[in-house]
Amino acid sequence: MLAYMIRRLLYAIPIIIGVNILTAALFFYVNTPDDMARKILGEKNITPQAIENWKMDHGYNFPAFINTKEKGAAVVTQTIFFQKSVPLLWFDFGRSDRNNIDIGAEIRQRMWPSLFISLPTFAIGVTLDLFFAMMLAYYKGTYIDFLGLVAGVVLMSISSLFYIITGQYVFGKALRLFPISGYDTGIHAFKFVVLPVIVGIMSGIGAGIRFYRTVFIEEIGKDYVRTARAKGLPESAVLFKHALKNAMIPVLTNVVVSIPFLFYGSLIMETFFAIPGLGNFTIQAIQSQDFAIVRSMVYLGSLLYIAGLILTDVSYTLVDPRVKFE
Amino acid sequence: MPVIFATDLIVYILFAGAFYFMLAVRKEGMLKEAWKDVKKRRLAMVCLSVLAAYSIVALADSIRWRDPIRNESGRPALSPSGGYIYSAEALSILDRALSRIRLENEKTYSAPLSSHLYVKESIELPDGRVAREYPPLRYPGAHILGTDKVGNDILYIALKGVRTGMVIGAGTTIVIIPFAIFFGVIAGYYGGLIDDIVQYLYTTLASIPGVLLIVAFMLLFGSSGYQGGLIRQSDLVLQAFVPNDRLFWLCLILGVTSWTDLCRLIRGETLKLRELEYVQASRAFGVSRRGIIYRHIVPNLMHLILITFVLQFSGLVLAEAILSYIGIGVGPQMWSWGNMINTARLELSMEPVVWWNLLASFVFMFGLVLPANIFGDAVRDALDPRLRFK
Repeated sequence: MLAYMIRRLLYAIPIIIGVNILTAALFFYVNTPDDMARKILGEKNITPQAIENWKMDHGYNFPAFINTKEKGAAVVTQTIFFQKSVPLLWFDFGRSDRNNIDIGAEIRQRMWPSLFISLPTFAIGVTLDLFFAMMLAYYKGTYIDFLGLVAGVVLMSISSLFYIITGQYVFGKALRLFPISGYDTGIHAFKFVVLPVIVGIMSGIGAGIRFYRTVFIEEIGKDYVRTARAKGLPESAVLFKHALKNAMIPVLTNVVVSIPFLFYGSLIMETFFAIPGLGNFTIQAIQSQDFAIVRSMVYLGSLLYIAGLILTDVSYTLVDPRVKFE
Repeated sequence: MPVIFATDLIVYILFAGAFYFMLAVRKEGMLKEAWKDVKKRRLAMVCLSVLAAYSIVALADSIRWRDPIRNESGRPALSPSGGYIYSAEALSILDRALSRIRLENEKTYSAPLSSHLYVKESIELPDGRVAREYPPLRYPGAHILGTDKVGNDILYIALKGVRTGMVIGAGTTIVIIPFAIFFGVIAGYYGGLIDDIVQYLYTTLASIPGVLLIVAFMLLFGSSGYQGGLIRQSDLVLQAFVPNDRLFWLCLILGVTSWTDLCRLIRGETLKLRELEYVQASRAFGVSRRGIIYRHIVPNLMHLILITFVLQFSGLVLAEAILSYIGIGVGPQMWSWGNMINTARLELSMEPVVWWNLLASFVFMFGLVLPANIFGDAVRDALDPRLRFK
């Protein structure tokens, strides 16, 4: 098991390096630091000297990948790639281009509000998805199943923006049950969290129910379920004791991979509800064209995705005794 | 003078593809069987008709030309060199058909089918006094879905959004099909090092969160090129083409973030097809590798492409709205449902509430996404052999 995990981590290294090179190519080569300086300083009355100064201040005064002016190891180290992208590998995110804030500190601070929103959304959402999906599978072929499926398609055909806008309007403005947006620390955060969580669950539930229903129905069609029924087990025992356990494998693939992303929060939800989390941070960086932050967030997102894949593989070994890793 | 955008080609290809599949289902084979299966479901056929109606609107909005500018006497104005001077506005067939509601603008907001403006204005009464009243509309009752802040007809705006939605939904998959087939087939057929490289490529791309890759890409490329609205002379190539179109970049980058699934599917299918008897027989007969790929492998991947196309469609239409909200989708001058929702958000916080903009974008978007979802399910059920032989 340990050997497998180590091998799995080693396998992730080339992918992380690939992501790093790709983002560096996008941000330093296609969009040169000169372009960045021009965007940040403003197109008007800009001088070559001002661009050089800005690059010097922010550490972009090097060639992108290879520095032909230097000798020895400095050919590689005195480049933007080495100065800016390689430190990401040990989580040194550097400072932002615009306000010179410490990106790493900002991430550590902002991940908590993100978690407060995304964790309940995720936990309650998955539970509800599974519950309804199992109900539909139990009543497969009846009107309940049909109505559930129709509701699922309708729910997933509505843009999440509508859920947010109408949610804010109905619960925040018309009924005044919750504040429309905002955030607070400690116990006061609760009243700000409820509405985003409800909206988040609503926008995901249609697709979730449909997906897990297919999983359950596929599992129910298998031979061992027929055997269990043939030996006279009640339907509820067949479903909840036998089928559910086995259906956990595809469920886990879907669930575990998104767990690391909970730190990341949701871009849309956090901006609409003014939650000071990582998603909001990213959107602000996008809108102010702060490439240092966007670059860090791209890299962090990839790391979380890869972590999710590894977690998924590990969780297989825990739920499925047949899966053994040599 | 015709004007063709890069994204118009997508609409044309969509229709060519639909025509190709119409011919293909006439021949005996898997597609014909699948078509029979889909045809039996009445709901799916209703959805298909709705989708066809949307597509026709999109097509009508994708054939456009610029009119010569006319002087006061009604004759076309001539440039010093003797040619016509064309207007910066290229009107499509749809624009021309809807010229009534396109041109009959009001001053500002008006509710659906209403006869008065939605905001009070100071009006001078006949006896000289000034009163705060709702002024009458220039065209009372003409605006079925009301008008927006600058008095444009909402129905017209929503119909103009159809093309944007269709282009994003269809174009994204169309743009990536050649790449996905190429990489998927060579990875599956040749195996070895090529397979490793292709797999590494798509795993790396897949591990960058889609939204952020789109953000990075659109920040870098999106601001150049045609953003919607009037056509600048610098956008035109050969006076008739607009190759650098922001909407096209958006399709391309959405494609890059979503091609991994299709590529992985095609690779797996190719691995399977490669070992089938008829492929091995043609190999034994000395057919070249390229010949086998063209004749036996690629035609047998069509069902995967069709499934991916219909299943991705609705998600992409929804994604457009979200991306436009963040400010990295279509440009603010482009007609799109995303932009409509974006403005509607502020209108809801006004007093009294302006609700029709949101309702119109909701209805039009829902009217496309719901049929696409239902029809997509029917196509998948008909073509997915795993469910088929159960």
